[in-house]
Amino acid sequence: MLGLIGTKLGMTQIFSTEGNMVAVTIIELPPATVLELKNKEKDGYVAIKVASGSKKEKHLNKAESGVFKKHNVAPARWLTEWRLDDTKEFAVGNKIDVSIFEKEKEVTVEGTSKGRGFAGTIKRHKFQRGPSTHGSQNVRQPGSIGAHTYPGRTFPGQKMAGHHGDQKHTIKNLDVIKVDLEKNLLFIRGAVPGATNGEVIVRKQ
Amino acid sequence: MHPIVSSIHHGNLRTDIPEFRAGDTISVDFKVIEGAKERIQTFTGVVIQRRGNGVSETFTVRKISNNIPVERIFPLNSPRIAAIKVNRLGKVRRARLFYMRDLSGKAARIKERGVKVDVAPRSEPPAGTASAPTKSSKIKSAKAAAAKMAGAKVEASV
Repeated sequence: MLGLIGTKLGMTQIFSTEGNMVAVTIIELPPATVLELKNKEKDGYVAIKVASGSKKEKHLNKAESGVFKKHNVAPARWLTEWRLDDTKEFAVGNKIDVSIFEKEKEVTVEGTSKGRGFAGTIKRHKFQRGPSTHGSQNVRQPGSIGAHTYPGRTFPGQKMAGHHGDQKHTIKNLDVIKVDLEKNLLFIRGAVPGATNGEVIVRKQ
Repeated sequence: MHPIVSSIHHGNLRTDIPEFRAGDTISVDFKVIEGAKERIQTFTGVVIQRRGNGVSETFTVRKISNNIPVERIFPLNSPRIAAIKVNRLGKVRRARLFYMRDLSGKAARIKERGVKVDVAPRSEPPAGTASAPTKSSKIKSAKAAAAKMAGAKVEASV
C-alpha cells in the first residue's frame, strides 16, 4: 500500500479536541516525487517509484546519481517503490505528501527497534528471575533448556540469550491524531518502534 | 528534544493560568460536556499538590462537600479549564498537603500567606516579598562577622 518514509522526531502530549490528553509520536514525512510508473506489461508488477528527503551529492554512489540524473531530480535520501493495484491516480513528477493520511483513521508504522546488544533471557524473552537472597545462585540464569537422555539434545528455537533489538518492527492500527500539512508532520497516538531521529515507514492500511 | 517537538510541547502550555501553589484556595471553572451541551462547573477548594511539569502538570484540589471530602485532579494545561481564580493564599510548610486528609474542622484550617501588593515605586520593595532575602543576608553577614571574631580571638590566644 501507498506510504511515506520519514523520521521519528520524538514524543509529547497534546490535548484532543474533546480536551483529553493524548500521548503522541511526531513523525516528519517529507513529500515524495513520483519518478516512474511500473506496469504489468513491461515490469511484471504495478508500482510507483518515488524519491523523498534530501541527500548531499557527495554521499551518492554512481548507481544512485545515475537514477537521479535520469529522472532529472535533486538527490533524495530515500528511493522507494510502492506496490499498488493501479497507478491511474499518479503521473511522473507528482508530489505525494502527508495529506494522503488525512482521511485515514489508522496507519501501519514500520521502524527499527532500539538495539540492546547481547541481552540475557530476562530482558530478551521476559523470563522470570530467581531469588536474589537465601543463598540463591540462580539470579538471572535461564534455567533448564531441555530434558535428559531423551531427546538428548536441545530443541531448535529454544529461547536463549543473544542479540536483542535493532530489528525491523511493524505496528498496525496506530491512530492518526493530527496531520500538519505545512510542516509535513504526522501525529500518531502512542509509541512507534525505534529511537528518535530513526527512520520510519508509514503506510496506509 | 527536537526543536519541532519542543515547539509543539510549548505551544500546548497555557499562559493564562494564574500563579498558585499548595495551600492556596482556588476556584476552577471546568467545562463539562453533558450530551451535546457544554456548561461550566466551578470546583472550589484547597490545592493540596501540584505535580509533574510541562504539558502533563496536574494539580489536586480538595474540598469538603456536604461533609464528604472530595478531591479532584485537573491537568493544568487542559483546554477544558475555562478559568482559575485564586481566592486565598495559604501559608503552608509542605509542597504536598496529604496530611489534610487526616484533619477536619478547626485543625484543617490554613493560615493566610502575606498578599503581594503592587507598590508603584521600585525603590521600596513590598514588605512581604523582598524583606525576607535581605533579612537572611543580614543574618549571614552577622554570622560571618561572628566567625571572623572567633578566628581573631583564636589567633590572639595563640
